[in-house]
Amino acid sequence: MAKIATREAYGQALAEFGEVYKDIVVLDADLSKSTRTEIFKKKFPDRFFNIGIAEQDLMATAAGLATCGKIPFASTFAVFAAGRAYDQVRNSIGYPHLNVKIGASHAGVSIGEDGASHQMLEDIALMRVIPGMVVLSPSDAASTYECVRLAIEHEGPVYIRLGRLGVEEIYKKGELKLELGKGIVLQKGTDVGILATGLMVHEAIKAAKMLQEEGISVYLVDMPCVKPLDVDLILDVAKATGCIVTAEEHNILGGFGSAVSEVLIQNYPVPVKMVGVNDEFGRSGKPEDVLKYYKLTAEEIVNKAKEVMKMKR
Amino acid sequence: MDKAKELELKKIATEIRKSIIIQTAEAGSGHPGGSLSGVEILTYLYFVEMNVDPKNPKDPDRDRFVLSKGHASPLLYAVLAEKGFISKEELKGFRQIYSSLQGHPDMKKVPGVEMSTGSLGQGLSVANGMALAAKLDKKDYRVYVLLGDGEIQEGQIWEAAMTAAHYKLDNLTAFLDHNGLQIDGKITEVMSPEPVDEKFRAFGWHVIKIDGHDFNQIEKAVNEAKTIKGKPTIIIAETVKGKGVSFMENEVGWHGTAPNKEQAQKALEELQKQLESLEVQG
Repeated sequence: MAKIATREAYGQALAEFGEVYKDIVVLDADLSKSTRTEIFKKKFPDRFFNIGIAEQDLMATAAGLATCGKIPFASTFAVFAAGRAYDQVRNSIGYPHLNVKIGASHAGVSIGEDGASHQMLEDIALMRVIPGMVVLSPSDAASTYECVRLAIEHEGPVYIRLGRLGVEEIYKKGELKLELGKGIVLQKGTDVGILATGLMVHEAIKAAKMLQEEGISVYLVDMPCVKPLDVDLILDVAKATGCIVTAEEHNILGGFGSAVSEVLIQNYPVPVKMVGVNDEFGRSGKPEDVLKYYKLTAEEIVNKAKEVMKMKR
Repeated sequence: MDKAKELELKKIATEIRKSIIIQTAEAGSGHPGGSLSGVEILTYLYFVEMNVDPKNPKDPDRDRFVLSKGHASPLLYAVLAEKGFISKEELKGFRQIYSSLQGHPDMKKVPGVEMSTGSLGQGLSVANGMALAAKLDKKDYRVYVLLGDGEIQEGQIWEAAMTAAHYKLDNLTAFLDHNGLQIDGKITEVMSPEPVDEKFRAFGWHVIKIDGHDFNQIEKAVNEAKTIKGKPTIIIAETVKGKGVSFMENEVGWHGTAPNKEQAQKALEELQKQLESLEVQG
């Protein structure tokens, strides 16, 4: 099966929705070939603006367009969108709650060879603490398409986290229907819950199979919506299994696992183990090698599942 | 501009100056100096030039104004109250809890505020976005933005300057409130952006230099900007920080300090005298 990167699906989705929603405009910061907004640009050249290598200007220009009724998709690498332009995202988009969508590609360590300066591992933490900011982290092409649709339909700022690496399809486009604030139950189980987001959903699926072969029953959930979180589903998993593993391609500090833990600790405390990058910067290497180096693997999810099951009281 | 019109604008400007003093004094905080320096510019825009209607603040065809130097909020609030977007009574709540008049303008709370500002350097980009939207929608509204001269030390201003020229935003007019002072002292001593005219010209802008307290020069510049095709215009307005209040003029200390009761009283008396002398002329 052909692998499709979520950034590729993003570019395609923009071009597709651009037909229907004439207010969509796309902005990029000299990375349209990489973020794949080039696909939109070719189809709608008048509604595409290259702002050049100037991410702060990119974000605030998008804000200005939004005040006039446009639906701007400001697109660049996650490290620049959430990092370099943080103040612009916070003050010119988040605070006035403007209808800007941020398409942040090349998130996580799986961009590989470019190394730490380009591997964004803190964006979930940074974006989810901006009041009113929706944070989406799709796992495959179909869920990316759905996240773009949700972003368009939601009035307000949205951050969409995308990857560079080609990934297998989990869902069939047209069959998947996402709701804002809802997770996707891949299977129900009773021994351990695995909640994963983005690229790590693929590893979580493999991990669930490995655990099942050992007779362990796994409640497996894909969480494309990091904010708002599906609180009901998280509690359902906690009650059914009594212990949870989270998996994300992000620093474990402040990220998806932290968000899930915030929900649990206030409502139904159960032990949690987090798979993610352990408060480190990334490093160069082939994407597969980097992912292995940081233990962003199915094997590590299996290990953490076994550890957390022993912590159940 | 005929004399009667000019006189009327001068009276409005003096009322706005009084309001800036009252707001900051009531709040016990705020930025009087850079608010007072931009009074004539905003008075001209809101009372002569711009197509804005307090009864229909979201009219899609309205002209837009972005206060990039958001700390001059008392100036914008005073103008909006004078124009009828908000009540004059509301001004007393400036910077106080439960008031919609935040320390820096919040577009979600105050009708007539087109953009929430405060973090310096972002307003020109926002104005560009508005001007791009006008071009896309083939609308002929114009976008105005007020920049501080200290503010242009922010790198984003120059990113935005490139963008405005690149996309030929001739529906955008920026004003530079060139009062020469910032919190820590003279801008030329803190971090000189000079020569600003040559810099903007090099970035592809049409540049006009004026006395920012002279309504005739403001009018001429705004009209000239409307005739320029294919490039944005910046009007570099030479102004005096603290203008209109003798003890505040050109004093760096009045950047972000509110007058106490006595000082406010003295300032208001001065402004009242100015108003009375205008009445005599009228």
